[in-house]
Amino acid sequence: MNMVAAVWAYRGFVTGSVKREFQSKYKNSALGAAWTVLNPLAMIVVYTLIFSQVMRAKLPGIDSAFAYSIYLCAGILTWGLFAEITGRAQNIFLENANLIKKLSFPRLCLPVSMVVSAVLNFSIVFALFTVFLVLSGNFPGWSYIALFPLLALQVIFAVGIGISVGVLNVFFRDVGQFFTLFLQFWFWLTPIVYPAAILPERFKYLMSLNPMARLIHAYQGILVNGQWPDWMALWPVAALSLLACFSGFALFRKHANDMVDEL
Amino acid sequence: MQAITVSNVGKAYKQYPTRWSRLAEWILPGKKYRHELKWVMRDISFTIGSGESVGIVGINGAGKSTLLKMITGTTHPTTGSISVHGRVSALLELGMGFHQDFTGRQNAFMAGQLLGQTAEEMTRLMPMIEEFSEIGDYLDQPVRVYSSGMQMRLAFSIATAQRPDVLIIDEALSVGDAYFQHKSFDRIRDFRSQGTTILLVSHDKTAIQSICDRALLLDAGRLAMEGDPESVMDYYNAMLAERENHTVRQKSGADGRLQTISGSGEALIESVTLVNDKDEQIEILNVGQPVKLKITVKAVSDLPELVLGYVIKDRFGQSVFGTNTHYLNQTVQDVAPGTVISFGFHFPANMGAGTYSIAVALHASHSHIAKNYEWRDLALVFNVINVDKSHFVGTAWIPPTLEIS
Repeated sequence: MNMVAAVWAYRGFVTGSVKREFQSKYKNSALGAAWTVLNPLAMIVVYTLIFSQVMRAKLPGIDSAFAYSIYLCAGILTWGLFAEITGRAQNIFLENANLIKKLSFPRLCLPVSMVVSAVLNFSIVFALFTVFLVLSGNFPGWSYIALFPLLALQVIFAVGIGISVGVLNVFFRDVGQFFTLFLQFWFWLTPIVYPAAILPERFKYLMSLNPMARLIHAYQGILVNGQWPDWMALWPVAALSLLACFSGFALFRKHANDMVDEL
Repeated sequence: MQAITVSNVGKAYKQYPTRWSRLAEWILPGKKYRHELKWVMRDISFTIGSGESVGIVGINGAGKSTLLKMITGTTHPTTGSISVHGRVSALLELGMGFHQDFTGRQNAFMAGQLLGQTAEEMTRLMPMIEEFSEIGDYLDQPVRVYSSGMQMRLAFSIATAQRPDVLIIDEALSVGDAYFQHKSFDRIRDFRSQGTTILLVSHDKTAIQSICDRALLLDAGRLAMEGDPESVMDYYNAMLAERENHTVRQKSGADGRLQTISGSGEALIESVTLVNDKDEQIEILNVGQPVKLKITVKAVSDLPELVLGYVIKDRFGQSVFGTNTHYLNQTVQDVAPGTVISFGFHFPANMGAGTYSIAVALHASHSHIAKNYEWRDLALVFNVINVDKSHFVGTAWIPPTLEIS
């Protein structure tokens, strides 16, 4: 609870560094803030127009031009949020070693601002994607609301893993290297680019052990078919997320002081 | 009310014999420790009262910065505890966290937020920062075009925009031009008079003596001495000269002040006296009176070179004037053991009224750091009074002739 209060007292710093990150990305560029929209827009265009119109990729069983594009975006954009949080969290303490060693402030401000800016980045991309859904007549309807609890769950999961990896990486630099590789395998072992249906039967059971597969399956269900998620399948993910978060913070608390000496 | 309480503080770093031992300690069952503790600081205890100004001196690696970091809360002590009351502002790393592409104003906001201030507070403080830093239009330019002095000015202005309860300064003030140094010292003195507790780490004797009420000497991670700034600085200087395992001792003089004597003892200072033109010993001098400082020295061992130096200090311990026989081109060479040499320095006492002391040193080359035979602080104390000159202030007698047109 103390940690939360300390971060709250430094909320000015958190919002400040989120703002700074956005500004510094496009500082000294003529178009400035326009790039925050242009970059994700280009991404959406590639995934939607190129795959549906140029490559004419189809999702088996669904006869809509945009079905595969939406399927792909549903997985890639949300995975992007997960990868950004965990990937940046693993280096968050190392990258800010100078600040940590020399100034006294609640260390948790660093991951908190990182998560806030990752979520903001994601919101921009996802808002553009939503605009595309509406314009192309593929908006899923009320089940869209179900995305928010799912995303919250995913952020909690990512934060838990990210903090743990971030703390471990200060002491054992191999962890960071390993996790980068691991994340790549994880991406391809999750049905994001390919439909889960093409997997052989015996892999389907293994896939159900992958928490990200369950989450992404739910996103795809909502966005492609307008289906409400199977909440029962997500309970284990929620439990795992809380566990990851709890153990991540426990690890952080235990080693926060040693971390300064190790950096 | 204690502003800072440091009790039995020790700091150790964990050292693992191999890169695998930490992993083993973390994951193998059992509470077996596989690291060794490398102690950099031990048994430090002191308290600093609210509103007190304390200097910390010590050679590089004595643990000064570690101690300050523990007081500011950046690192934590391995043993013991530290408690600090009130809002702390630390001038440890001026300009830390400045982002080169942002303007001074934006950086000021961010730096303030890093110190835990809200955007509204910073908006309120901004005009004061702008005024104090005196960097003008540069405030709205990116920091990368700033000179290092300008960055420092801005950083100092941000860190001291609000009067803190405790101000911690780590040699930060050695940057910047003379004008800004004066200005920042004035601000620190101002804070001090308003009741801010000040903790200053410096090698600069003048800074310590002009700001601090008390000083702490750290040596190899221990508290070697605690006392008034002058005695601690004298002891510290003697310690610097004594890095080669000689002894330093201090004895109380007749007036209760601590006299520091150190040296290898290869040559000894026999007597130090001040005489007038009739060769009578005196302790009270008139402004401008011609006097002679008589020092007798005895060589104990064979010395290839013998330099005698002296410094006249005012009552704050600031040097008024000092020289030695090397600078005067009269170094004595090849001194046989047992030789007694008498030196007489003639000078007019062109000093203002007040109490002065003389420190005397015997060494081999031009400074006492290289090879120190004997070094004696407060070897002599004398008073200067103004008997027949027109009234003036200050420690120097520089009589002007006046022309009004």
